Amino acid sequence: MDTIYEKIADIVGTNYVSNAAEELYLYSRDQGVQQARLPDYVVMPNSTEEVQKIVALANEEKIPIVPMGGALVLSGLTIPQKGGIVLDMKRMNHILEVNEKSHYAVVEAGTAQGMLQAYLKKHHPKLKHSVPDAPPVATIAGNIAIHGSGHLSQSEGGFHTEMVTGLEVVLATGEVVKLGSCSTVPKWFSRAPIPDLAGLFMGWNGTTGVITKVGLKLFPSPKLKDVIMFMTEDVDSIPDILFKIIDTEMAEDIAFFVSPKPAYFDGFQLIMISVVANSEKEMKLRLELIHESVREYMDSKEAGFLPLPPYMKVKLLDAPQKNLSEFADIMKGGGFEYVGAIMPVESIPEAYRAGLEITSKYGITYSMGARVVGRGSCVMFYYAYPFNRADSENMKTVAKALEESNEKALEIGGIPWKTEISGQQLILNRMEPETYKMMTEIRKLLDPNGIMNPGNWEVQS
Amino acid sequence: MKKEYADIIHRCFRCGWCKLPTNYQDFNCPAYLKYRFETFSSGGRMWLLRAWLNGDIQTSERLQQIFFSCVTCKNCVEACALPNIKDKLVDIFIAAREDLVEQGTVPPPVRDYLKAMSISGNPYKKPQAERGAWAEGLNIPRYTDEEYLFYVGDVGSYDEVGMKMARSVATLLSDTGVSFGILGEDETSDGNDVKTLGEAGLYEHLAKQNIDILKERGVKKIITLSPHGYNAIKNEYPNAGGTFEVYHYTQVLGLMMNDTMPKGTLNKKVTFHDPCYLGRWNDEYWAPRFALGSIPGIELAEMDRNMKNALCCGGGGGNFFTDILGTGEDSAAQVRVKEAVETGAEILAVACPICYKMLDDAIKAENLEEKIRVMDVAEIVNESRK
Repeated sequence: MDTIYEKIADIVGTNYVSNAAEELYLYSRDQGVQQARLPDYVVMPNSTEEVQKIVALANEEKIPIVPMGGALVLSGLTIPQKGGIVLDMKRMNHILEVNEKSHYAVVEAGTAQGMLQAYLKKHHPKLKHSVPDAPPVATIAGNIAIHGSGHLSQSEGGFHTEMVTGLEVVLATGEVVKLGSCSTVPKWFSRAPIPDLAGLFMGWNGTTGVITKVGLKLFPSPKLKDVIMFMTEDVDSIPDILFKIIDTEMAEDIAFFVSPKPAYFDGFQLIMISVVANSEKEMKLRLELIHESVREYMDSKEAGFLPLPPYMKVKLLDAPQKNLSEFADIMKGGGFEYVGAIMPVESIPEAYRAGLEITSKYGITYSMGARVVGRGSCVMFYYAYPFNRADSENMKTVAKALEESNEKALEIGGIPWKTEISGQQLILNRMEPETYKMMTEIRKLLDPNGIMNPGNWEVQS
Repeated sequence: MKKEYADIIHRCFRCGWCKLPTNYQDFNCPAYLKYRFETFSSGGRMWLLRAWLNGDIQTSERLQQIFFSCVTCKNCVEACALPNIKDKLVDIFIAAREDLVEQGTVPPPVRDYLKAMSISGNPYKKPQAERGAWAEGLNIPRYTDEEYLFYVGDVGSYDEVGMKMARSVATLLSDTGVSFGILGEDETSDGNDVKTLGEAGLYEHLAKQNIDILKERGVKKIITLSPHGYNAIKNEYPNAGGTFEVYHYTQVLGLMMNDTMPKGTLNKKVTFHDPCYLGRWNDEYWAPRFALGSIPGIELAEMDRNMKNALCCGGGGGNFFTDILGTGEDSAAQVRVKEAVETGAEILAVACPICYKMLDDAIKAENLEEKIRVMDVAEIVNESRK
């Protein structure tokens, strides 16, 4: 008899724990090119109390535990490197509170981005949250655990972790802690003014604890939306153009992208600008100011706005955009993975050229681009490479291209985001030793038995 | 596994769009909603199927449960992000079941259902002679040269709720002067659910038997009680040599409501549950709504998940008979009736005998009898005429 299985089943019920070959197979891998590693159990808790008991058991038995949200990270962060328990959080998907007067929501960690979107649309149509480009089953807490960003990251303050107003976390030793204002008063409005402990769990990829609840900022949802597309062939002008548009403070979302397909797009640098407004008059003014900001480029005939047919506008205004998932089928192979490097806006031309060099070297197709974060303090620059899942050689080639993209991103002053273990090693090799030492000591303090997503963010010999 | 399917299985990215309706409201794949493991989502099923075909996963009871828990509702087809594979998803799952059936490795309830269909010609193991018993006392002629054949199917012929529904529809058709007859004891199962459960050979046998008798009797136009029968006869029988003009009964009612139908008034708030085999499988969303909306006094309230986003009752793909999904608070039917109650409707209207039974049972399981009751569209029209 598997006593661990029995003990877990006592906590969540037999329907929500599995050590069957089918679940172990599927939870051993993600959609990217990282190597599969089998878990021993897949467990689906339904409450903080259940998470607490499972983590306490894992800690007592020294069993690794890997929290998992939407299973869409692509870079292997929820692949259990050392076996143990994969904690699928998607049963914990209740929207606990929407405070319309104070513009925040409190949700359980497994709440899907799409479900919160749908809920707000129905019950609080004047409010919205920042939606990532990931499919709508991506979870709120999953995106917090990886420092994700989304369609309000340009205009509303940056990464999704910067939009968090509070957390509830189960520590590796089994205690439940509340972080932010909710630790002191029964409201989830802010992480300030008390010492900010939430940072110990945000962006840590589940290596310090299990996030069970999230307080999240909500933003106004103006009724009118439009999208315009600016185009140039000169990549060196992109940072300047981006800042001209950013500085108008008229755009909600600004994203730069290039793609060799369709063929007529090849060589064009495109900037997608989303604009929202409460009235036609406001929309007109916003669009005019954006046009005015790039007037010198238009007058020089070096760049201009691309006319967009209505059907394309509808697609581009969707958040998230469904056609991003279609990229996985470019090679008729059901896969893509990307390096998303956080870097300064000024690095875009160099990052773009590096991408062209890498894709040419490996003979692979690509999509590259960047989303502006935090009014231009940085961008998330992505190198996305599709692959054919049925072609192992093609997958190996893409894995090499991803690794080289990680290296290049660091070389030009960026830092790979939600990166694979190999990318983490590259970062740790460059990190100030005292910073890494502090990270390690914090982890030891929070997780004395090293059960939380082990294998990640550890210098490997 | 057909090559055309085997060649594309690896193209599923497992991005998870298939779990949700297009408005993202909640999980809309009944198997995933119930079990919540990634393995029970359409994407998970695609990846497991590939692993199984590659020999990385062996046939097991769990694998059978995963494949046979799909209710073929086509939410995944509607929501999938990949235009080049989405239309084939359910066909692929049915093909996987065919492989399991061929191996003789199916869950016991599937085995028992297919055995009953082979031996008795119906899942209830009842005598063929009783197929027309539902019509007793209604004076419906056996089909000779009437304009329409009313095709009832297994659930309408043998299940208590289905029989009640068949009588409602037949009564309404008779009262409205529609010229129709039935096959009674000469009717054969339409085979729709046999096909979706992967027994292609038995389905072909049943279809041929039906087509032969329909042709022999000179049937040209058919009205079906069940959307499942409607789907089989309309879309599958032509491939087996049987082409007929096929209507679901709500389509006929929809046509009659404006002129020939004597209507009364019914002051009730009603919400309509779209049957998957009428809606997503056959793109018919308006006929039942038109029929209901034509009744003076009825206030139609839509559930948040409606039409292409409707949550299946959980009875499709043979699950009504095999109950692989089972009951419980996360079962599709129980979730669906709670959603219906949220609209404030007193009547949950259905157009399928399987949905009727599934949702009726769910109302009881959820103790919602005081708040809402299930009625089929014909029953509602009849009620308005009292």
